[in-house]
Amino acid sequence: MPVSVETKNLTCIRGGRVLFRNLAFRIDGGAVLCVEGANGTGKTSLLRMIAGFLAPAEGIIALQTNSAVVVDSEERGKHIGWLGHHDAVKPQMTVRETLQFYGALYGGDGSVDAALDAAGLARLADLPGQYLSAGQKKRVSLARLLICKRPLWLMDEPLASLDTAGKKIAAGFVEAHCAGGGIAVVATHEPLGIDCERLVL
Amino acid sequence: MTALILRDVRLAARAGGSAMLALAFFAAVATLVPLGVGADLRLLARIAGGVLWVAAMLAALLALDRLFQADFEDGSLDVIALGPLSLEKTSFAKIAAHWLTTGLPLTILSPLLAVLFGLPAQAIGALFISLLIGTPAVSAIGAIGAGLTLSIRRGGLILPLIVLPLLAPAVIFGAGTVLSALDGLRNGALPLLTAFSFAACVLSPFATAAAVRLNLGS
Repeated sequence: MPVSVETKNLTCIRGGRVLFRNLAFRIDGGAVLCVEGANGTGKTSLLRMIAGFLAPAEGIIALQTNSAVVVDSEERGKHIGWLGHHDAVKPQMTVRETLQFYGALYGGDGSVDAALDAAGLARLADLPGQYLSAGQKKRVSLARLLICKRPLWLMDEPLASLDTAGKKIAAGFVEAHCAGGGIAVVATHEPLGIDCERLVL
Repeated sequence: MTALILRDVRLAARAGGSAMLALAFFAAVATLVPLGVGADLRLLARIAGGVLWVAAMLAALLALDRLFQADFEDGSLDVIALGPLSLEKTSFAKIAAHWLTTGLPLTILSPLLAVLFGLPAQAIGALFISLLIGTPAVSAIGAIGAGLTLSIRRGGLILPLIVLPLLAPAVIFGAGTVLSALDGLRNGALPLLTAFSFAACVLSPFATAAAVRLNLGS
C-alpha cells in the first residue's frame, strides 16, 4: 500500500505551451484528490504524468510505500489502477471475458462476479462490448478497478456518461477504496459528492 | 503473458478478426498468379517459392497495423502497460499471438497452394519448413513497425514501407530454400533464415517496446 504520493516542482509543457508550472502537492493514504480546472488546463496530462506515460518537463513524482520511495515511472505504474477517458472494452469480447482477462493479466484475486454485481452489470455479463452504451462501458471500467486491486487509482472523468445510479456507484467505489487506505486522484468537472481535497489547475 | 496471448488469439479468431482475412488473401493471391502466368509447369515451379513467400508476407502484414493501434485507440494499451507485464513481454506476447493467428495458419495452408504451382514433394517440404521458421520473423519485425505507427491514422499505409525492406533477407533465404530443394542442391539458405528469424524474435520485443513507450507519452 502506498502511504503517500508527492509531487515537487512539476511542470507540464504540451505542444510548446506551458500547462502548469511548479505544481506541488501531497496526498496521503485514504485521501481523495479532486483535480479541477477548465478544459485544456492539463488535468489528463497530470494523470498521465503520474501514471508514467508522460515525462514531466521538470520536477519529480514520488510514491512512498511502506518499504521504499518509488520515483521511477515504470516502477510506479505497478501500483496504479487506471480509469482513462477510453474504456478499454473490446467490441468482440463479453463483459465477463473482458474482466476475466484483466483479472488474469493483473494476477488479481478479485472475484469477477462480485465486481459485476457491485457495478450493477450482473445482467449484462454475457453481452459483447459492442452492444454496451457509453455509461455501461464506464461501469465495466469501474469494475475493472475492483478486480485489478491497485492501491493508487487515477481516474479521468469517472462520472462522464454515467446515470444517477452509476454516479453513486462510482463515488461509492472511490469512498470504499480510500476507506481501505487507498489513494484516488480524480480529474472531474462534477463534484463526486464525497469528502475530498481539491486541486484547481 | 498467456492471458494476453489468449485474448489476442481469441480476438483475431472472432468476427472482424484478422486470422481468416490473412488466409483468404494468401489463397487469393496464390491462386491468381498461376492464372496470370499460364500453364507452364516448369516456370511455375521455379517461381513458386518466391511468389508464395511474398504472398504470405503481405498477408501477414495485412492485419499488422492494428496490432497495437486497436488497443491504443480504445484505451486497452494504457491498462495493459500499467499491468505487471513489462512492455517488452507485452510486445513478445503480441508477436506470438500475431504469429499464431497468421504465420502458423499460412504455413499450414501453403502445401495445398504449392500444388497449384506444380511444386514437387521435396520442394513442398522445404517451403513448409522455410515458412514455419521464417514467418515468426515477419511478425517480429512487423511489430516494430506497428509500434512505431500506432498513433498514426492510416498507419497501415506507412507500415509496409518501414517493414518490407527489413524483411528482404527473409524472402531471399526463404525462397532460396525452396529453389535449392527444387534443384536438389545442398541447402545453405535455411540456416541463414533460421539465424535471421531467431535474431529478429529475440531483438524485436525490445525495439517494439521502445516504440510503444514513445507513443504512449504522446
